[in-house]
Amino acid sequence: MFKRLVILCIISIFSFHHAQAALKVVPLQDVTLEQRAKDLSLELRCLVCQNQSIESSDADLAIDLKILVREQILQGKTDLEIKQFLVDRYGEFVLLKPLFSGQNSFLWLTPIIFLALAFLSAYIYFRNMNKTQKDEPADQ
Amino acid sequence: MLAEFGQFTLILSFAIALFQMVIGLLPLMQHADKHNMLSSITNRAAVLQAILLALSFAILLLLFASSDFSLKIIVEHSHSQKPLFYKIAATWGNHEGSILLFSLIISVLGACLSLFGGKLDIKFLSTTLAIQAMLAVAILGFIIFTSNPFERLNIVPIEGNNLNPLLQDWALAVHPPLLYLGYVGLSIPFSFAIAALLTEKVDEEWAKWVRPWTLFAWACLTGGIALGSYWAYYELGWGGFWFWDPVENASLMPWLAATALLHSAIVMEKRGALGSWTILLAIVAFGLSLLGTFLVRSGILTSVHAFAVDPERGIVILAILFYFMAGAFSLYAFKSGHIKQRGVFAPISREGALLLNNLILSVMLVTVFVGTLYPLFIDAIGASKLSVGAPFFNQTFIPLAVPLLILLPIGNMLPWKKADFLVAMKKLIWVFLLAFATMLMFLYLTGHRDILAWAAVLLGVWLVFGAVWEILYSARFGQIEWHLALRRLFNLRRAKFAVMLAHMGVGVLVLGLAAMSAWRVQNIQEMTVGDKMTIAGFELEFDNVQNQTASNYNEIVGNFTLSKDGVNLGNLATAKRRYLKRSSPTTEVGLYNHYFGQVYIAFGVLGENNKVQLRAYYNPLVLLIWLGPLLMMLGGFLSLTDRRGRKVNRAALKQEALHV
Repeated sequence: MFKRLVILCIISIFSFHHAQAALKVVPLQDVTLEQRAKDLSLELRCLVCQNQSIESSDADLAIDLKILVREQILQGKTDLEIKQFLVDRYGEFVLLKPLFSGQNSFLWLTPIIFLALAFLSAYIYFRNMNKTQKDEPADQ
Repeated sequence: MLAEFGQFTLILSFAIALFQMVIGLLPLMQHADKHNMLSSITNRAAVLQAILLALSFAILLLLFASSDFSLKIIVEHSHSQKPLFYKIAATWGNHEGSILLFSLIISVLGACLSLFGGKLDIKFLSTTLAIQAMLAVAILGFIIFTSNPFERLNIVPIEGNNLNPLLQDWALAVHPPLLYLGYVGLSIPFSFAIAALLTEKVDEEWAKWVRPWTLFAWACLTGGIALGSYWAYYELGWGGFWFWDPVENASLMPWLAATALLHSAIVMEKRGALGSWTILLAIVAFGLSLLGTFLVRSGILTSVHAFAVDPERGIVILAILFYFMAGAFSLYAFKSGHIKQRGVFAPISREGALLLNNLILSVMLVTVFVGTLYPLFIDAIGASKLSVGAPFFNQTFIPLAVPLLILLPIGNMLPWKKADFLVAMKKLIWVFLLAFATMLMFLYLTGHRDILAWAAVLLGVWLVFGAVWEILYSARFGQIEWHLALRRLFNLRRAKFAVMLAHMGVGVLVLGLAAMSAWRVQNIQEMTVGDKMTIAGFELEFDNVQNQTASNYNEIVGNFTLSKDGVNLGNLATAKRRYLKRSSPTTEVGLYNHYFGQVYIAFGVLGENNKVQLRAYYNPLVLLIWLGPLLMMLGGFLSLTDRRGRKVNRAALKQEALHV
């Protein structure tokens, strides 16, 4: 995976000089479809950039992917199918929002688990406080 | 010679820090009658150590300013053609220099504490300074043994290799020192926490001492993060302001911890409760600062902000982080049982509200922590390589932040110990109605129909009005005659106004975020000279393209005329800039302020046949995103000027003056 990234980086550096090539993202005619393409692009990582979505990048690969996303939307594919296509091609690294899978459930459940833990400890805190208050009614 | 002298003072400073650490810890074991003598030695060592280190840093600065290319890091990070300001900024724009700055701040803060901490218990102060010295020893040792900034070259080149072009920018030149003041500022609460555990002195007095230092670090951190965000906004050229980038998260985590610490220390100071938790937060906050430094310095995470990275040095920082955190947490585990639980309060009370603030901030912190480190963890266990980016954080962080912010003004209305939620709500009913009316006006003016945008604007206005109402309520407006209330308002403590400013800043930030997510307009168009583009009622006319050469870069500049309704508003320029000795070009954006919004233009791809792609945005209320944190920072500093001790003296003086 890492090797592939390095290669992509090298290609992108050398290809900068020809970045003037005719590649161009043509917005889709249908406004809702175009909005879908933009929203989806925000969730896809520009693999040759540092940490950007393809939507915000002008790198060749990002432009390629933006075109690809629009093509696939026109073919009637769902967002999930397009994501799956890209994951098969580039690995899960391409998704800025990890899929909710068994492996990633820890990541996704973190906020909920810790929120529950926080309120549980607050509950215990108050219960103990009341107990000590009862044990030592003479509060200085 | 100068460089050798700088290295000499650096090593001397290291030796004195070592000495300070040992002497500072002695009062823990010695009989009380020797404390005075030992403590005064520690105090002097702290000051001397800071002075020597400052001298060393000043020498490095001077060498950078005079482009002395016999030094390795100056060759690597500077260039004789660079403007003087950036030559100086290059001192901390590299690994060695920035770590030296890091340790300098540790030492200077320690010296400040030894100079102004006279009222502290001798044993406690001495232990605190010892811990501070221990940190200095670790970082200075790291510098001396692995990253010596004064390393000479055998063959002296005649020219340097420049600084990363992205870093040649005023905001970024000022940003690291400010951020470091915040990171390292948290070292004092950390040392306080360790000293409190060692001397078993955890009480209201401790919280009173820890608060101003935390406030200082928090204010600097707030400013540093905001500045970094503004830099990214105009330098990276796509108009984003927060990318949930690992490096940004690395600074957000200590900020969240420091924010929680600020609020829990209030409970501890006023009511003596939450002592154990506050100590833990002080440890965690500084731990996260070290973690942030490690993440940025090691380059272990890919980031838009990454520069000057070296994995091996990262390991040493990781070892330092591990040593201090393992030590601190074990000490906490052994000693925190001794901390007395005092201050009984009901769940619905001011204390309860501040506790809830802490709970939510902690969960937000854990979410950012796990999200940032999860890809590393997954990669390390060899499962796969994945990304956790902005969409994940938006989806998890915002739902946590929103309830916290909704409850903020209500929490401020609750009295201590025991409160009635409904009574507090009743006090705020007019604030809510006013906020609602303002939102409706907003919507009427913009004609936007998105329910989420409505809610976000309402939240922002609610926070701003809530903050204002809090201070009016403190002055008893509506309860007593208005002119009496007005007089009370002028006599309120400055800390009250500080709280208002900071909380108002949060609301202002929310408004900016709301406007940017709901009303931002974007237009991308291929243009040749003479073409016109419209964006949000503004018209851009492409005037010309120029090739320019400056002392250290070449650039292609596009000039545009901006107008609205036929009125010429002036010129806007955007450029693709290519620095000498660097292949990757950078984008210079053109900005036009329109009230609190901005017209933002940036070159995209430069095409053939004089065709260029222009990205234009109208960013409504975008300046509020940085104005908010600025208000928070000002609030922090304003609060620092309000020292109760001084206040009493001044009141006494005033009395005296009246009698004369």
